[in-house]
Amino acid sequence: MSEMLQKLWDNGILQLGIWETVYMTFISTFFAYLFGLPLGVLICVTSKDGIRPVTWLNRILDVLVNIFRSIPFIILMVAVLPAAKLIVGTSLGNKAMIVTLVLAAIPYVARMVESSVKEVDKGVIEAAQSMGASELDIIRKVLIPEAKPALIVGAVISLVTILGYSAMAGTIGGGGLGMIAITYGYQRFNSEIVWICVALTIIIVQLIQEFGMRIAGKTDKRTA
Amino acid sequence: MIELKNISKIYKTKKSEFAALNNVSLTINDGEIFGIIGLSGAGKSTLVRCINFLEKPTGGHVIIDGSELGKLKKKELLKLRRNIGMIFQGFNLLEQRTVLKNICFPLEIAGVPKADAEKRARELLQLVGLSDKEKAYPSQLSGGQKQRVAIARALAPEPKYLLCDEATSALDPDTTRSILELMRDINKKLDVTIVVITHEMKVIDSICDRVAVMDSSVVTEVGDVAEVFAEPKSDIAKKLILPELKTVESITGGERIRLIYNGESSFSPLLSNIVLASGVPLNILYAQTKDIEGRAYGEMILQLPEDSRSASRVRNYLKANNIAYTVLEGGAENVGDASKAVG
Repeated sequence: MSEMLQKLWDNGILQLGIWETVYMTFISTFFAYLFGLPLGVLICVTSKDGIRPVTWLNRILDVLVNIFRSIPFIILMVAVLPAAKLIVGTSLGNKAMIVTLVLAAIPYVARMVESSVKEVDKGVIEAAQSMGASELDIIRKVLIPEAKPALIVGAVISLVTILGYSAMAGTIGGGGLGMIAITYGYQRFNSEIVWICVALTIIIVQLIQEFGMRIAGKTDKRTA
Repeated sequence: MIELKNISKIYKTKKSEFAALNNVSLTINDGEIFGIIGLSGAGKSTLVRCINFLEKPTGGHVIIDGSELGKLKKKELLKLRRNIGMIFQGFNLLEQRTVLKNICFPLEIAGVPKADAEKRARELLQLVGLSDKEKAYPSQLSGGQKQRVAIARALAPEPKYLLCDEATSALDPDTTRSILELMRDINKKLDVTIVVITHEMKVIDSICDRVAVMDSSVVTEVGDVAEVFAEPKSDIAKKLILPELKTVESITGGERIRLIYNGESSFSPLLSNIVLASGVPLNILYAQTKDIEGRAYGEMILQLPEDSRSASRVRNYLKANNIAYTVLEGGAENVGDASKAVG
């Protein structure tokens, strides 16, 4: 172990980096779903073959999501920093990073949710309609519960993507393993630190993936 | 009573219009099992969806027990739908819910307390013979069991009507029979009026009281099953009622006639009598017995000799004895399948 790595470990910087990465990722994903889930469902419901087609609204939401999805994250992140300042009062630190991550991840999450909800069998929706279910009943009792396994798989993929974003946030003042890799590794020509951060990230991703898939498999009653 | 008055459904695309239903009028009486038969694309699925307004007709009126669906507010329509259960070819169960929870689903929507809903669901499971499956998930059931669950679910809000959209088309013959028996039971025991959509004549003749025949977006004939079966008027009805008689262009020989008899007239003396009285050999191309509304109906397709004098002797005998028969036109349609006839 190099001197630098030893120092980072002894000062608790590396441990803090791991914690910050995990915490930023989960908090951001949570808030991204808080907004992205309803948005994705709304896009699905208002689409032409949805349960309540509203063409103009669907078109607007669709275009908005596409615009935000097509901006590279690192640019979007800088662009939404003023918004972060407005919401949490600062454009630096993990709080601000969480806001930018959430804003950047909402459109991504909305697309994930939309594609999962779209997979729900049209026949089942029709059956619910034949029983006198309202649109709200169908969303709450059919679309979301029936899409649950796919939604969980989507959430796992989103977590991993947002973890990737959070590393990029290290370049503009966020914490976590990304920041350590850039500040202590890349900028000081210490490739060992970079590789350690990469390895730690891989481990975190593996754990998320493994647990997430296990939960998704357990929830899915189609393969009982 | 379900009244359909001049129902039309026109699908518009940018370039063309397609009429799925063209001025269809039907009345379905309380307590009966009403069949709607037709080939795929005839419009029967669209028609049944007009009954509960899953499809809004573009013209005409749907009137159920006096209330016109087109004039109802959305809330009233949703409430009225609880009085009309529906089952489907694809079962359409909620895959992530247990059997019991599936049956509770319409009750949940109606705001029935959970305990009451589960009690009702268990009663229905017993009715459809699946009491041991309440904790199972749909993926663990066979097709017939899934349809039973779907029936129980449709009956949960105690509807007056049950719509069946090709409900047995995905099932094997044995399972089809048991599901049809269940439907007949429900009709008798619970006094539920049933509307059956199918492309299979056997479904119609095993449970229906009355039948409407559909072809290319219109109803071509309506009547008691026994009547329509004995004397199909429209070409499509003939085709559907005689599905076994595939088109064989190459068959030659004399005229073919179709005799219908019901359980009260004994058939074998009839045939022997014809042969003895007219002194003409007859060729049996096809024969079968069907059970329609509990009575045995037989049909037989005979080929008369080629020479016209013998043939007219047979016809004269039938006329003299008041035996109804229909002449099957030769050529493309309604020609007996020779290979089947030999076997």
